[in-house]
Amino acid sequence: MKLTDSREIAAAPAIVWQAILDPEVLKECIPGCQSLTGSVAEGYEAVVKQKVGPVSATFTGIVSLSDIVEGQSVKISGEGKGGVAGFAKGGAVVTLAPSGEGTLLTYDVDASVGGKIAQLGSRIIDSFAKKMADDFFSRFQAAVEGPAEEPAAEEGVADSGEKKKGWFKRLTGG
Amino acid sequence: MPKDTGIGAPMKRREDIRFLTGKGRYTADINLRGQAYAAFARSEVAHGKINAIDTRAASEMPGVLCVMTGEDFAAMGGNPAGWLINSRDGTPMREPKRPVLAHGKVRHVGDAYAVVVAETVEQARDAVAAIEADITELPAIVDMKAALADSGNRVHDEIPDNLCFDWGWIEDNRAAVEEAFAKAPHVTTLELVNNRLVPNAMEPRASLADYNPGTEDYTLYTTSQNPHLHRLLIAAFVMGIPEHKLTVIAPDVGGGFGSKIYHYGEEAAVLAAAKALKRPVKWVADRTESFLSDAHGRDHVTKIQLACEKDGTFLALRTETLANVGAYLSNFATATPTFLHGTLMAGPYKTPLVYVNVKAVFTNTAPVDAYRGAGRPEATFSIERIVDKAADELGIDKLEIRRKNLIGADQYPYTTPVGLVYDTGNYAATLDKMVELADVAGFEKRAAESKARGKLRGIGYSTWIEACGIAPSNLVGVLGSRVGLFDAATVRVNATGNLSVMTGAHSHGQGHETVFAQVVAEKLGIPESSIEIVHGDTSKIPFGMGSYGSRSLAVAGSAMVKAVDKIIAKGKKIAAHMLEAAEDDITFENGKFQVAGTDKAKTFGEIAFSAYVPHNYPLETLEPGLEESAFYDPGNFTYPAGAYACEVEVDPDTGRVEILSFTAADDFGNVMNPLIVQGQVHGGVGQGIGQALLENTTYDENGQLLSGSFMDYAMPRADDVPFYTVDHSCNTPCTHNPLGVKGCGEAGAIGSPPAVVNAVVDALRRGGHTGISHIDMPVSPSRVWQAMQA
Repeated sequence: MKLTDSREIAAAPAIVWQAILDPEVLKECIPGCQSLTGSVAEGYEAVVKQKVGPVSATFTGIVSLSDIVEGQSVKISGEGKGGVAGFAKGGAVVTLAPSGEGTLLTYDVDASVGGKIAQLGSRIIDSFAKKMADDFFSRFQAAVEGPAEEPAAEEGVADSGEKKKGWFKRLTGG
Repeated sequence: MPKDTGIGAPMKRREDIRFLTGKGRYTADINLRGQAYAAFARSEVAHGKINAIDTRAASEMPGVLCVMTGEDFAAMGGNPAGWLINSRDGTPMREPKRPVLAHGKVRHVGDAYAVVVAETVEQARDAVAAIEADITELPAIVDMKAALADSGNRVHDEIPDNLCFDWGWIEDNRAAVEEAFAKAPHVTTLELVNNRLVPNAMEPRASLADYNPGTEDYTLYTTSQNPHLHRLLIAAFVMGIPEHKLTVIAPDVGGGFGSKIYHYGEEAAVLAAAKALKRPVKWVADRTESFLSDAHGRDHVTKIQLACEKDGTFLALRTETLANVGAYLSNFATATPTFLHGTLMAGPYKTPLVYVNVKAVFTNTAPVDAYRGAGRPEATFSIERIVDKAADELGIDKLEIRRKNLIGADQYPYTTPVGLVYDTGNYAATLDKMVELADVAGFEKRAAESKARGKLRGIGYSTWIEACGIAPSNLVGVLGSRVGLFDAATVRVNATGNLSVMTGAHSHGQGHETVFAQVVAEKLGIPESSIEIVHGDTSKIPFGMGSYGSRSLAVAGSAMVKAVDKIIAKGKKIAAHMLEAAEDDITFENGKFQVAGTDKAKTFGEIAFSAYVPHNYPLETLEPGLEESAFYDPGNFTYPAGAYACEVEVDPDTGRVEILSFTAADDFGNVMNPLIVQGQVHGGVGQGIGQALLENTTYDENGQLLSGSFMDYAMPRADDVPFYTVDHSCNTPCTHNPLGVKGCGEAGAIGSPPAVVNAVVDALRRGGHTGISHIDMPVSPSRVWQAMQA
């Protein structure tokens, strides 16, 4: 299945780009991700727990970043094996463009599944993949921007503003 | 008064008592001392190169006894195709080896590449999950047209273009057909899909293998429609076991619909494991395995053209069909789209010129083979749909165009342009009967009533014919069959006068135990209760080609009648001696051997006793005992035929189709048990409605099976089908078998799909959607609704 969507992120493209390349961000943003180790250059090993329709499984697999155009676009690919549940693989080409003060993030997702998930869960695969992508980028947006209802987040005073910040900014000390 | 016993009596099925009270004995019910359990590792990708299979971790799991991969079976023979088909250019079909387990490549999702045997089924399944298979996924070949176009991507590396064969029938007709089309006043063209179906027998496939190291004998209990064929394939072709060292037993079998005709790799794998471990090994498929690995049915893409006069007289018919054979050739896969399909393309009509072209295509999908009807539903659907389309284009009534072209009752034997000789029939009679029973005259009134409720009502017809009673061995030999298709029976009379009939037919839901006993009871004048029908065990029955193609009564039943006749003939010799009369003066009627014109008589029981206690017996000229065998090879196919009507209502808001009535007027020749015949028609029509409205097997572009469960594959349920009106009073008995029977097992599934689709198209056209000439099956609400929006 394929889907394309975009969202406006209230942070400069450079900040967004830095977040994409951060394994801690990836780990927090992949729904159900239990562990993620590795690096941009060598790829990550990930363990993701998910339930697709009637099939729940722990997927172990590789997440890799490729086709990197510094500051502009990257392809995030993942392939996970869920044992008897089958496999899932997919990728998202993420493109960043300046948009006013912030960034327009566009993603093209291509995902496929095989084995038991396909046989038993095909009815809900499309909506499942869309939800996974939505969740991923919503979490990503939150990680970069902080909670949407806290517009003052980036003012960042160390003590009282701590909770209002996006946690990514906390990490980067912004 | 209808009879309540013997031939023609509507007796209830004796076997149903055990089936309905949980006393059936299926393969999974059989347990042998010390048995272990097998589970198979199956490919998750449709097409892949096997780089390595690491079984070390699996081998060390608790309870695991052995792990074998495709490499362990690589030296074994291939599971062969039963028919050799030659292409139009005379070259033989491409026939890739079908191994016990995949090695080198996996070719469809569900293709088994390893087997684990363990102490428990759970341990075996856990160990399967621990097998590390390094398989590089290759692009899947799913669409048949794309498969033929891309010679680089191959299901089998040695087969370019993924083409199995390009078959023309009859090639000599081709030029004349083309000429007729060039000159024809009217040509109707239709492209259609005959949707792929999963057989979904209630009982999944199962095997229990036993090896006796003392005698070196193998026994296989398995879900088979034809145990002797399984024995031949496993022993002679795949495993190289002497045939006399392998016993195949098919006990109670819960439905087959064709899918259990064939030999599958799992059966050889458990036999090999049983020998290696010197322990019985059992495997029972789960439902997902059935979806993935049972041979599927249908899957044709067809372009059909009909040339006719402006008055609707058929002049010529031609078709081009792509037939999906899946990843490997299943045993009947090459016969189904050819000699069970192309030879039927004349249908019940006088069309003088017919040419059929079939290209069989390999794809990365499960093997496709015969499924209830096997080629004949595909033929019937194509013909009956284009007849309706031609009638619409020419403005001719759907019944009139059929009447005009049906073969006349006075034209038998009728030689078709596609190589068959119909021995007898009366197609106008069944059509008239159907028109009467379906109350066609009252349709307009009913349609008006539906319209008042905002619904679109339509009526659809189908006049169908099939070839059953498979088959004359010399004829099928010429057509490419690698086996004979006769059958056999032994009648063993016991000293106490009761008897066992060992038949080569195999009952997996058909009711043979009841109806075969009725036939023998009638012939011998004894009660059914003293007759046992024995089937499904190669160590008990003399020989048999099993049950499929509506052949059981016509072929195996004929062998049984021949054996009974031999019993009677011997009984007359014994009676002549006992009654001190000439053999020619002995008559046999109602269970009594009598000297003609006298009251001197011996009962059947007295003769049987004398045969086993031969104190007063012509021992110098006659052997003691009373047991006879007979083999029967049919002189021709049988040709059941009929006329069906389906009435539907379409909801224009949702596209949902409701079947309001279904009428079947069939000619099955003589009917031995009308209740069983009705049941067979009900079941067949139900499956046909399933194909027409609900069932579809979907693979995505990666070759993943998306309809792999009953949540995703819509089987017909009770509320999807109406009460049926079934008639078989218009009988023309078969002219060449002793019972005059034609076969009824597949009829419903053959004749019904076009009647349903014709009715839906009729409803939509009557409702003003005159641009609609066809909707592919399954005619689902979404397809109907989309057609209405166009």
